[in-house]
Amino acid sequence: MTLIAPPAADAPGMPRRRPGLRLLRVLGQGPLFTAAVVLLAALVLVAALAPVLSPYDPEALDLASSLVGTTGDHLLGTDQSGRDILSRLMHGARTGLLGPLVVVGVSTVLGTVIGMVAAWRGGWVDAVLSRSMDLVFAVPGLLLAIMLVSVAGPGMTAPVVAMAVAYTPYAGRLVRGLARQEKARPYIESYRVQGWSGRAICLRHLLPNIAPTIFAQSAMNFGYALMDLAALSFLGFGVQPPTADWGAMINEGQSAIQQGAMLPALAPSVCIVLAVVAFGIVGEGLADRIAKRER
Amino acid sequence: MTRFLLGRLLGLVAVLFATSLLVFGSVHLAPGDPVSFLLHGRPATPEAVAALRDQYHLDDPLPVQYAKWLGGVLHGDFGRSAQYHQDVGALIGSRLPGTALLIGYAALLVAVLGVTAGVLAALRPGLIDRAVLFGTGVTTATPSFVSAMALVSLFSVRLGWFPGPGGTPQGFGDRLYHLTLPALALALTFAGPLARVTRSAMLDELGRDHVEVARARGVAERSVVRRHVLRNALGPVVTVGGTLLAGLLISTSIVETAFDVSGIGSLLVQSVTAKDFAVVQAITLLSVAAFVVVNLVVDILVPLIDPRLSLHGEGPS
Repeated sequence: MTLIAPPAADAPGMPRRRPGLRLLRVLGQGPLFTAAVVLLAALVLVAALAPVLSPYDPEALDLASSLVGTTGDHLLGTDQSGRDILSRLMHGARTGLLGPLVVVGVSTVLGTVIGMVAAWRGGWVDAVLSRSMDLVFAVPGLLLAIMLVSVAGPGMTAPVVAMAVAYTPYAGRLVRGLARQEKARPYIESYRVQGWSGRAICLRHLLPNIAPTIFAQSAMNFGYALMDLAALSFLGFGVQPPTADWGAMINEGQSAIQQGAMLPALAPSVCIVLAVVAFGIVGEGLADRIAKRER
Repeated sequence: MTRFLLGRLLGLVAVLFATSLLVFGSVHLAPGDPVSFLLHGRPATPEAVAALRDQYHLDDPLPVQYAKWLGGVLHGDFGRSAQYHQDVGALIGSRLPGTALLIGYAALLVAVLGVTAGVLAALRPGLIDRAVLFGTGVTTATPSFVSAMALVSLFSVRLGWFPGPGGTPQGFGDRLYHLTLPALALALTFAGPLARVTRSAMLDELGRDHVEVARARGVAERSVVRRHVLRNALGPVVTVGGTLLAGLLISTSIVETAFDVSGIGSLLVQSVTAKDFAVVQAITLLSVAAFVVVNLVVDILVPLIDPRLSLHGEGPS
């Protein structure tokens, strides 16, 4: 009985189960799915081409034009130090996407290996691996990251490592469940009878069959990782100033809000929400498509 | 039931043990000598060094260090804060009410907002249902520090209805008033999943025979919904609610920092920035403990509320 979507927690640090973006399921078909895919593709393109596309140096100070509103020169205005917000958003997309990419990449690979080995071997190997995953699962990722930052110092490394560890059990549990179902199917036994080795069956047949579902889940986890890492940057533990980063920009924009200037914090907020929603829609849409195909 | 409880308790002890090893070991994982790590640029007077060596029992072999440290922790002795020159236990105690009030306030808002939206969506298919699904989809994708910023710019700067970050509230009422926006920022992020699960649990129940029978017997629609639908839908709602409460415990540090609330979460963030390691260790350990205990309590409560949910299920996901 699945009450809610398996993995994935809010707002930063809500392991166990993340009921979150399942909410977007109802939107995950048709034009919205297409729109989300286009948005994400555009985001990746902007991030890749940021140095070429951005009108200004994202770190160039110009105190004379502090907190300029939207003008022809600065399409989204400037922040308190007179830096062009649009340029900072474009460059912020790089750290904003790179961090989650590493987190999701590492945790998905680790989780897939652990989950498949646990499902395939069963017995005590399964017991040890599953209990270890439970253990990591019980410690909130955000807390692990803060702990690691306090030891290793602020910067991208500690939060990304902590989140990669914290996200591994999500992937691991999903893969274990999928691989166990798959293993019970007759085709696996027939390959075994034909003399295939366990490793070859897993890599050549089992993994390709469950890979789409793993990929759909990874897309959703990407959004969550983006939120978590942005939160850590907001707290001052992630990407360090003056490097452009959405979370850090919101932190820096807080004092501008008190002066009535919303754009410095609002613009990166909109970027974060749009990106997370888009990843949710894409992940849900993919999961739906897979479910339909299997029926 | 006993076996289930014993298993879960063992799991809880295992998590706390592993966390304590991590928290203790992190001092030694840090690059360089533990003393210089713990000093972090503070003047290395012989007294300060001696105090640290004594506090962390650095002259003993590692297992003995751990045992002595753990013994202290179990007696509530978390060492001294380098930043506040105060006993860590007392420091945390002084910040606890702020955090407890914020989490309680936020949890109340989550329950009210989430359940109301979920019930509305289930009972009013069509426009309202769609609006709730869309709204919860967006708020769930909005991190709490983004909601915090949006709430401050709208209700504090533009409209002036609520105080902005900072300030020292006088008295309980004023304190609640100051905590309204922070609690709302937390609640917006967390109410979505609750609304969604309330909606789907209600829809499940609405389609059941006993609801039809009650209606056919002429029971008023109001009490059909209350007694037959909502009550049976409570199990999943409580499960998700508990998970969300555990999440609130962790996310509070972000909102406390955004609103400059004096609480445990903001203390944790300050202490990491100020390299006040004893405080970081204590709060990490206590937060993980609170997190796993809340999750355990939910797992015990849910079968009591709804006996149909078995204890021996395959576990989450």
